[in-house]
Amino acid sequence: MNGPQDLGGQMGFGPVAPDRNEPLFHAVWEPRALALTVAGGAMGHWTIDESRHVRESLPPAIYYGITYYEIWFRALSALLVRHGFLSEAELASGEVSAPRRAPNRVPDADMMRGVLARGGPTERPVATPARYRAGDRVRTIVEHREGHTRLPRYVRGKVGTIEIIHGGHVFPDTNAHGGGEAPQWLYTVAFDGSELWGRGADPSLSVSVDAWESYLEPA
Amino acid sequence: MKALETLMVAKGYVDPAALDAIIDTYETKVGPRNGARIVAKAWTDPAFAKWLKDDATAAIASLGYTGRQGEHMVAVWNSDTEHNLTVCTLCSCYPWAVLGLPPVWYKAPPYRSRAVIDPRSVLAEFGLELPESTRIRVWDSTAEIRYLVVPQRPSGTDGWSEERLMELVTRNAMIGTEQAALPGKVAA
Repeated sequence: MNGPQDLGGQMGFGPVAPDRNEPLFHAVWEPRALALTVAGGAMGHWTIDESRHVRESLPPAIYYGITYYEIWFRALSALLVRHGFLSEAELASGEVSAPRRAPNRVPDADMMRGVLARGGPTERPVATPARYRAGDRVRTIVEHREGHTRLPRYVRGKVGTIEIIHGGHVFPDTNAHGGGEAPQWLYTVAFDGSELWGRGADPSLSVSVDAWESYLEPA
Repeated sequence: MKALETLMVAKGYVDPAALDAIIDTYETKVGPRNGARIVAKAWTDPAFAKWLKDDATAAIASLGYTGRQGEHMVAVWNSDTEHNLTVCTLCSCYPWAVLGLPPVWYKAPPYRSRAVIDPRSVLAEFGLELPESTRIRVWDSTAEIRYLVVPQRPSGTDGWSEERLMELVTRNAMIGTEQAALPGKVAA
């Protein structure tokens, strides 16, 4: 979706302001937000793609006004309600008042260490051969999906070159919405800065995105 | 946050010990020293460097670094003519397995918006001025592939051990917003 998350090329956010001695966490609740988000996902009822879509569905004024862990916290609350684990009343009161839904999994500490060490690989077999080879010229599609997509606005309708073929990978656009993994070939596609940004572009710049096969057409 | 945690624990959705295990993992075990070891090994071991180029996921796993947000890795090399920079314009994708959790600036709109359109001004804010002739290659992590920048080995480090070289490999150098530290800048 053309939501607040799609930031490439936007202007007006100011300097990056790196902090040389940045702490790992900035408040005591931040590690809790991290842990609850990871553990909530490990219950096994939503995908990382659905999580991302819930985060990017926050209204722009909210998304830009809060920290990243606050974005996670709001998304986790929304996912727990959507999937029937908590009620709005429970979130408001902080008191248990709705029936428990049994999760698929509640990993203990050892299992959780295993979950983190394995991660969630997204490579999957794809029955058809890859349509493109390294060096092929491709044009990205122009489509403004209301649902989740990982093709940023700044690379839509642009001509680039296939640089790496990554194999078949879970397709977020379906996987975020209960449409299954529907894996597709995934490619790194590189674009000249001038193709993306036109006049005034840095002539030494090249930018790549990772794009699923259905995001691409032959150029 | 406390209320949400209380609810999730009370309803038996999460095990408090598992929450502690997650935090402990990223506070004490998984961080940028993992990436620094990979880079230092690539600087000193040509066979490992080749493996890292050909199959970064396997080469990195051989050092014991696997898992969440590092499932599919690609290593990209800086040279005299090309500088690499990684970003996630759409969210906060970052190679946790080798760099740990991302810094706040990496997840915030200024970096995410500008890295792909005006990387030189971003690099300047980190104190890095590159020659105009240096090509800048930005990798926007829009899928589950995670990128690790291998900075150039600083001169004056001939004969250094892997352990000593690791001290030069900063987290930001592996994101691409800095070069590796110079030998005089760290306690060697």
